[in-house]
Amino acid sequence: AAAMRVLVGVKRVIDYAVKIRVKPDKSAVETTNVKMSINPFDEIAVEEAVRLKEKKVATEIVAMTVGPTAAQEQLRTALAMGADRAIHVVTDAQTVPLHVAKIFKALVEKEEPGIVMLGKQAIDDDCNQTGQMLAALLGWPQGTFASRVDFKDDKEVHVTREIDGGLETLSMALPAVITADLRLNEPRYATLPNIMKAKKKKIDKLTPDGLGIALKEHIKTLKVEEPPKREAGIKVESVEELVDKLRYEAKVI
Amino acid sequence: MRLARLIRTPHMQTRWSTAMATGSVLARAHSALGAEDLERFESIVGRANVITEDDALEAYNTDWMRKYRGSSKVALRPGSTQEVSQILAHCNAKGIAVVPQGGNTGLVGGSVPVYDEVVISLGRMNHIISLDEHAGNLICQSGCVLETLQDYVATRGYTVPLDLGAKGSCQIGGNIATNAGGLRFLRYGSLHGTVLGLEVVLADGTVLDNLTALRKDNTGYDVKQLFIGSEGTLGVITACALALPRAPNSTQLAFLGCNSYEDVLRTFIAARRDLGEVLSAVEFLDSESLQVVTEHGVKDPLGAGCRHYMLIELSGSNEAHDAEKLSTFLENVMEDGSVVDGTIAQDTAQTHGIWRVREGITEALSKSGAVYKYDVSIPLTDLYNLVDEMRDRLAPLGAFVTGFGHLGDGNLHLNIYTPGDFQKSPTVQQAIEPFVYEWVSSRRGSISAEHGIGIMKPAVLHMSKTPEIIDVMRSIKGSLDPNNILNPYKVLPPP
Repeated sequence: AAAMRVLVGVKRVIDYAVKIRVKPDKSAVETTNVKMSINPFDEIAVEEAVRLKEKKVATEIVAMTVGPTAAQEQLRTALAMGADRAIHVVTDAQTVPLHVAKIFKALVEKEEPGIVMLGKQAIDDDCNQTGQMLAALLGWPQGTFASRVDFKDDKEVHVTREIDGGLETLSMALPAVITADLRLNEPRYATLPNIMKAKKKKIDKLTPDGLGIALKEHIKTLKVEEPPKREAGIKVESVEELVDKLRYEAKVI
Repeated sequence: MRLARLIRTPHMQTRWSTAMATGSVLARAHSALGAEDLERFESIVGRANVITEDDALEAYNTDWMRKYRGSSKVALRPGSTQEVSQILAHCNAKGIAVVPQGGNTGLVGGSVPVYDEVVISLGRMNHIISLDEHAGNLICQSGCVLETLQDYVATRGYTVPLDLGAKGSCQIGGNIATNAGGLRFLRYGSLHGTVLGLEVVLADGTVLDNLTALRKDNTGYDVKQLFIGSEGTLGVITACALALPRAPNSTQLAFLGCNSYEDVLRTFIAARRDLGEVLSAVEFLDSESLQVVTEHGVKDPLGAGCRHYMLIELSGSNEAHDAEKLSTFLENVMEDGSVVDGTIAQDTAQTHGIWRVREGITEALSKSGAVYKYDVSIPLTDLYNLVDEMRDRLAPLGAFVTGFGHLGDGNLHLNIYTPGDFQKSPTVQQAIEPFVYEWVSSRRGSISAEHGIGIMKPAVLHMSKTPEIIDVMRSIKGSLDPNNILNPYKVLPPP
């Protein structure tokens, strides 16, 4: 089979188990001294890429991220899971999907992969846009919310997607963008020998400017607030009381 | 065995007893309940908190392992220390035996009645009284579930100095009454050190208020120490004050595979030397334990088929430093061959997944067959020899042997089970006891490292404590509970 490179995008996000706090000035979420991890859906994308290499469908896996210096920890995780090398586009700016998609497009043009795998969405902003925007910018087909990926040969891939009505399977020509959903696979634990080896794998450092991409802010965050505290429920004694409360307190009837 | 309904009048004094799981019939010297006792209980706690239906009593009468079963006709759920005091005053005057009960997760049958002792359940007394964020002290009632306390203090940057697999059900009062050890004993030490104060109700209803939260208080005999680990036989703990360590800024967790027990020990010694001040847990499990737990839905993180596995956890103040320390340590132990494979948890999901491997063994065993459970302290170099010898003894009987536990504390949980067969077998029992206790005793180990004595081990207490010491225990019991109403038949062997 011909050589096929897989590019996998990963993002550094607040660990899913952390109790999120809003900064007192309501400008953003608190991230100081907070545990950060690889975005869970990106971890699933990396796992899928590694399995493709084990099945000899892919020949090289390149992990990529757009983020601050510390994001290299997440690249090391991807390398420890089995990625061959990594690209770190360093920026301290708050990343938004359109910018990341443009940067990834530039990397795609440099690396010429057969497949780009991303997590379906990041758990911090829940945007669910990067994969779709990237595919559109590249003019490539997209298989989003993938719960199963089958390569027919080096020209075609079948992607099974989880949609509201059930499962839908699409066939698309390569190269394509695929975004991973929860049930695509269960990521492996990186083993120690691989964790040690990962320290020696190459991470190329680039910048958005170096790629010729201007990160123009289209969106401005005005305010970040916690959702209103849930009020305790009450028990009512009769149907009449229920109707009364629905009408005059909850004002829904 | 069907329990007959007892019809009582104030004039009848019927004795009722049920054959015990231990096989012996212990002499009863307690009064049976009359209607006026029930009325008194109802007037103290309210009718809704006096449980008398058989269905509801099942849970109070049966221990977690479903190994011990009492036949209590009444469970009480007091809502305050005053109510506990009034209940005990009444029971003491009438000679009615009681069993204080928390989460009922104990593993030696100490928390359920032997006969029809009245169960006093502390579960309603679950208020957190105060958290002093400057001093790092927590004051709470004894019915608080451990996990609830952990979650509460975590939001304020503290941690409870105690953690165990039963955390979702066990209550802090029970933890204190049994001097529970758990997964972080290595780092935080014993409850004898971290409990700063207690409120205890004595057998006659006297309330001892020692609920101060002072780190230093050398004013006479430290009476509260008597109740810590007394397993409900000297008093009923109703509230406690705990010293809280600061929650660590960073934790690292490694899951390692070793080819032999010698390699496990070598790794532990290296860990203590190189990671000493940030080590917060060192646990081990053999491949037999891993097999049982993976048969019940837990994922094997390595799939490497090693002989033994270790969990090493670091808790420190600086993530980058600790990750670096762990990394250097792991390079060293991999280089010298002590460790052949392993993984480091990359995020919270993996941290939970790895802890699930160790914390899930007990439950997986209980679903696999009849379990014969032993909890012993042995010198470290000798520890796994016991498992090997038991395996040799029991293989011909078709029983499997697993060894796991708190390596850092020299505490082995030896669990023998008969796969697919949930009936206890006297042949298997006899192949284990008294051999296991004699083995431990000959090495001056403890026949109960952390689980306590309960109803399971009074007969072998003498194998770890001299007759003179047991006599002193009896005199303390006689002094604090002259009518022997508090959790009788437990802990102390009959004289």
